[in-house]
Amino acid sequence: MIEAPDLSLAALTPLLFVFGAALVGVLVESFAPRHVRQPVQVALALVGTVGGFASTVFLALADGADPGEVTAAGALAVDGAGLFLQATIAGLGALSILLFAERGLDPAKSAFVASAAVPAGSPRDRELLTDERVQTEVYPLATFAIGGMMLFVAANDLLVMFIALEVLSLPLYLICGLARRRRLLSQEAAVKYFLLGAFASAFFLYGLALVYGATGTIRLSGIRASVTTEGTGTLLVLGLGLLVVGLMFKASVAPFHTWTPDVYQGAPTPVTAFMAACTKVAAFGAVLRLLYVAFGTADWTWRPLVYGIAIVSMVVGVVLGLTQTDVKRMLAYSSIAHAGFLLTGVLGLAGSGLSATLFYLLAYGLTTIGAFAVVTLVRDGDGEATQLAQWAGLARRSPLTAGVMTFLLLALAGIPLTSGFTGKFAVFRAATEVGAWPLVVVALVTSAVAGYFYLRLVVLMYFSEPAEDGPSVGVPGLPTTIVLAVTVTATLVLGVVPGSVLDLADRAAALVG
Amino acid sequence: MTLTNYLVLAAILFTVGAVGVLVRRNAIVVFMCIELMLNSVNLTLVTFARATGTLDGQVIAFFVMVVAAAEVVVGLAIIMSIYRTRRSASVDDANLLKY
Repeated sequence: MIEAPDLSLAALTPLLFVFGAALVGVLVESFAPRHVRQPVQVALALVGTVGGFASTVFLALADGADPGEVTAAGALAVDGAGLFLQATIAGLGALSILLFAERGLDPAKSAFVASAAVPAGSPRDRELLTDERVQTEVYPLATFAIGGMMLFVAANDLLVMFIALEVLSLPLYLICGLARRRRLLSQEAAVKYFLLGAFASAFFLYGLALVYGATGTIRLSGIRASVTTEGTGTLLVLGLGLLVVGLMFKASVAPFHTWTPDVYQGAPTPVTAFMAACTKVAAFGAVLRLLYVAFGTADWTWRPLVYGIAIVSMVVGVVLGLTQTDVKRMLAYSSIAHAGFLLTGVLGLAGSGLSATLFYLLAYGLTTIGAFAVVTLVRDGDGEATQLAQWAGLARRSPLTAGVMTFLLLALAGIPLTSGFTGKFAVFRAATEVGAWPLVVVALVTSAVAGYFYLRLVVLMYFSEPAEDGPSVGVPGLPTTIVLAVTVTATLVLGVVPGSVLDLADRAAALVG
Repeated sequence: MTLTNYLVLAAILFTVGAVGVLVRRNAIVVFMCIELMLNSVNLTLVTFARATGTLDGQVIAFFVMVVAAAEVVVGLAIIMSIYRTRRSASVDDANLLKY
């Protein structure tokens, strides 16, 4: 007689909402007539993500001071940090879905291809370029990816973590290749992301096997117990190293970042926004859980490693960011540098480091979605104008767009009165608490240099003459307007009065396992 | 035959796969090398399952097979779409995105 595992359905509601919406989306794709699919799919994806967000908030309120529970036969941990990250992912996911759903900017009414199966550049492809058809599979695919991310940050077991990693990655590989314009670039981004992503998950898996061999278990709490009682051997440290490599790849931390600029540039911009915000949150959530829950009592095994790659990531992100001529690539290098800043928070003590990282992830996710939303507005005849030179004198054409972009870039640079400053302050303070001040000095220097490449774009927008045949600024429809309003407001509020959200992150900063 | 031999064989296979990913040019071959890496992990897992006397390793190996199959579906679809445009599956030809 096999006993059914304990399953707390209440604790799983956020995941059930998102995966349920994705599954219904697949059915809609199969049975609904073509012309109703777009509105139905958008509505479904929004119901799933907003429902997921609402149920995490509800769970957090219902649990109150409860430290959290382990459910599904020990495979999932529903705790403060997990719920905070799940809410962040679902919220940012809903904003990304809104960007996906924008119909007002492209003359063909969508950033996504009409039919992905038609070879790029063929006569049929040119015919379909202006067709209003859309490959609406992107909505269920994105919803599956959001579900995978929410599972990823709650995984209490290395196997669940691996499955969640694949559930979030596989749909992302596909939607990277579905741009309507510049399809060759988009497909190339998908191939690169797929091959390198599969390569990285093989490393993660080998790490899983070595950790299993060393400890005889894949449960994070079991690994912790084994590390505490039996100490760490070569096999275990090697396994941990490989697991970290796999996760750092997803978090686009240098030196595992090589895919990031190419994929961010080639993918459709709404997808880039989605990857930059949600994947980052999910990957760091898994990193935190792995390092704090499984290896928290043997932090000498991972501290030097994280210390090193934090420095490499900040320096590589900033130095290569300086040389970029494309806005999307520049933001990609900015995301690599921010991954380094986040790692300084990970190094902090389990208490303040965890809450600082949670806050930083939320702040960075909101700002970066906003920045990519602005990128979707600046267009010329061939879609988005992403060359830096094309942005010259943008403030003359559209003071509002330039103003919003300037504000978001200042937030990414970490100027006071924006969320970027609060987040950086929190993670740097957490790192100094554990005596990692050399790292903080490097972080401050690289922040200052990063300020230069953000301000370079600001100067270009305000103090250059616009070109005669320069790009125009599209008038965003309702979805993009909502995204911009939410992200700008949040960036301002989290910078001016961050108290309540910092408190929330503090109270959420608990991991069970 | 001791269990160590299987672990060493798996490590060698994993290395062969990893080197293959880095040096081969055809996307399909690169992908096959990744599959080789996944299968060497499966060998490691079942060996450790035997060594530690737990069943987890064997169960994980099944999950890995399922995931590998899902990866094939997605991967070949992506490689096919780029092949139909470019008439080439070489990862060196896909070089529009750089710097």
